[in-house]
Amino acid sequence: MFQNIGEMVLLFWRTLQALPLLWRQRDKVFEQFFEIGNASLLMVSVLAFFLGGVLALQTGPTMVERGLHNFVGGLVGISIARELAPIMMAILIAGRIGSAMAAEIGSMRVYQEIDALRTMNINPIHYLVLPRVVAVAIALPMLVTFAILVGWLGGAVVAQATSEIDISMQSFFENMKIMVELKDVVNGVFKSFCFALIIGVVACHQGLVTRGGPRGIGRSVTKAVVNAIVLIVMFDYVLTRILLTLGKFGIV
Amino acid sequence: MNDTAPNHHGVSVQVRGVRRSFGTQEVLKGIDLEVKPGEIFVIMGPSGSGKSVLLRHIIGLEPPDAGEILVNGESIHTADLATKYRMAMVFQSGALLNSITVGENIGLYLTEHRLKKPEEIARIVSEKLEVVGLKGTEAKFPSELSGGMKKRAAIARALVIEPQLILYDEPTSELDPLSSIVIGDEILKLNKRIGVTSLVVSHDRDLAFGIADRIAVIHEGQIVALGAPDEVKRSNHPIIREFIHADFKREK
Repeated sequence: MFQNIGEMVLLFWRTLQALPLLWRQRDKVFEQFFEIGNASLLMVSVLAFFLGGVLALQTGPTMVERGLHNFVGGLVGISIARELAPIMMAILIAGRIGSAMAAEIGSMRVYQEIDALRTMNINPIHYLVLPRVVAVAIALPMLVTFAILVGWLGGAVVAQATSEIDISMQSFFENMKIMVELKDVVNGVFKSFCFALIIGVVACHQGLVTRGGPRGIGRSVTKAVVNAIVLIVMFDYVLTRILLTLGKFGIV
Repeated sequence: MNDTAPNHHGVSVQVRGVRRSFGTQEVLKGIDLEVKPGEIFVIMGPSGSGKSVLLRHIIGLEPPDAGEILVNGESIHTADLATKYRMAMVFQSGALLNSITVGENIGLYLTEHRLKKPEEIARIVSEKLEVVGLKGTEAKFPSELSGGMKKRAAIARALVIEPQLILYDEPTSELDPLSSIVIGDEILKLNKRIGVTSLVVSHDRDLAFGIADRIAVIHEGQIVALGAPDEVKRSNHPIIREFIHADFKREK
């Protein structure tokens, strides 16, 4: 993976350079955007709901036991917004959409479709990479915003329904309102935007360097998903550090 | 292309001392040849002799280790060559983009380079499909076409570019004799109609001797004969004799 970092950075740079051509590719961006949103919304909802629920279930009883019931909503709210929703949704999209991108572009590479594009003087970065990276960079932050809301709802439902916690939905959200700030949500959404770029670039890069037949495509898909997840987790730490430092100075 | 289309002038191609190795295997061992404007030049040879690799070098998909390829005297790797001269390649597999329709495939060059309005593109697409005998297949996907139809669709896609140089990689492989003749006729008609320079790679002896102005026989990465079809036929080179007169040896 690490020997390809340079190639991926170059691909990202070339994609950025192609941004002025985005309007030309708007149909493909919408197509990809619909594909990502439509294919993932239900999964995102289910995952986020249970994520919020399990977080409330794990932390709620212990906190209530120690008289910290006023903090359950805030803890679930902040954890979901700042960390769990961005990273879990990014992993979901890396698996669902990153794999599809790598498979599609990889198969185009193996079956000479990308060569055909090049002979027609059509740049594969403009035609294939740009719409995918832009679509996932728009879709993932939107999905994460949605996931944060659903995750909060999941936490609130579980907090009310579990006898060991027994916090009403109203108190859960009131407590959350006191502790969670808009910047927590913005931080999470910003991180998801960075993760989306990683997913798009890694998946497209793996697709473009695919060699061999169906086995090569399979290998590329696996590498795309694994590499994207590893990079997402690594970047998550770096971004969290940066955002916390900026937060200390009151910048974010 | 209709009969009233302007007569485009083909370009010349010079291949000078091209060498290429993959790992330890030297596939092209110093190829020298010159294709005149408007000529049908066939590169013939047994499978694995380096024909298709040479073709990929000529269209600029692969860089040679040594030597150069010139189109009208300019290196194939010159930055703006693809915009200066219109070149097209018909791949062995057709290399149609499988995720879009046949019509979208044929019109891809015009759509992506924004050369015509959509209704004009639709008219040209249907015209080109008619030329190759695939009228009414615009809405079909490449997977719904037979091998021969895919090849003809790929030729239609190349025609849309109105090329000055067209390269065919094994245009009759996997085709029945009748379809092979149809494809061979198309190459001849196209050459006559628009004066395009045609470079055909094939191991089909009937096609080569039927359409070529000149033939180069390539064996193990080297040209062993080059000349008019009759001259090549008369050659006493053992490899050419063996290749041209190869037949089944049935015991009586």
